[in-house]
Amino acid sequence: MDHHYILRIISKMLIPPIMLYAFYVQFHGDFGPGGGFQAGVIFAVAFILYALVYGVEKLRKVLPPLIVRAGMALGVLLYAGTGAYSLFKGYNFLDYAALAEPGHAKAGQHLGILLVEAGVGLTVASVMIAIFLAFASRAPQIKDTDW
Amino acid sequence: MILRDLFAVVMLSGVFSLLSAALFVVMDAVDVAFTEAAVGAGISTVLMLGTMALTSRQEKPPTHSRALPLLVAFITGAALLYGTADLPPFGAPDTPIQMHVAPEYIARTPTEIGVPNIVTAVLASYRGFDTLGETAVVFIAGIAVIFLLHQSSRRRRDDENDEEEV
Repeated sequence: MDHHYILRIISKMLIPPIMLYAFYVQFHGDFGPGGGFQAGVIFAVAFILYALVYGVEKLRKVLPPLIVRAGMALGVLLYAGTGAYSLFKGYNFLDYAALAEPGHAKAGQHLGILLVEAGVGLTVASVMIAIFLAFASRAPQIKDTDW
Repeated sequence: MILRDLFAVVMLSGVFSLLSAALFVVMDAVDVAFTEAAVGAGISTVLMLGTMALTSRQEKPPTHSRALPLLVAFITGAALLYGTADLPPFGAPDTPIQMHVAPEYIARTPTEIGVPNIVTAVLASYRGFDTLGETAVVFIAGIAVIFLLHQSSRRRRDDENDEEEV
């Protein structure tokens, strides 16, 4: 895609706003539509767009597959770890009241939702990038004339 | 109209997904619409294009008659349409789904959770265990795809060496 100047420059301009929007969806999920699932997918789309335009090899340099695979596991671990933490504090599994001082259950709920949504977002984004990498790494490079 | 070009089919399914996302917005299910637009229209289309690049661009002409699949699709569609006739009107407040736990969540979220988006409160807090399971499913799906399709960097290097030897 080296000679598609317009496509390359426009996608280069679009990638940072897409990432910023993903963070907005992630952290504004308590107040409006959105949350970890949607934010993770949007965040992954930024990297997939980069790979579509600049090639999979460049994405591997920007984001090594080892980090992607670690992110997949870390997200689930963050979610389950939040639950395990509340168990150790003597509450039920995933009872976020454990995350705050007794009597401040709402603050605990806010922190808990933030943490588990972050876990969901991390796992979803990493899995989407990993699946895309698994597909795209096997495909032969698509030539412009093929379309 | 019979379409055998799979690229066009993938694009049409993406368009269909985006249209259903618009439909969800009309029905006030913004969270669902958001997911449909991001996953259905975005990621699925890209993944299906990736699959197409690995397999074939053209659908093979069928070897058997299309009468039976058409009949099955027609009967299923007719049964679904017949079923919708019994559904309560859209948004009716006295339907079973609105009478069960939904009022409880709406009443308790402001005092117990304190987040304005009740969908998030249900998803992440009241039903946190379900969402943990969903996240695990996504994780397992990712692992499965990596197991099936991943080419290790060592094998890729071997392939390149083989080509050099040839």
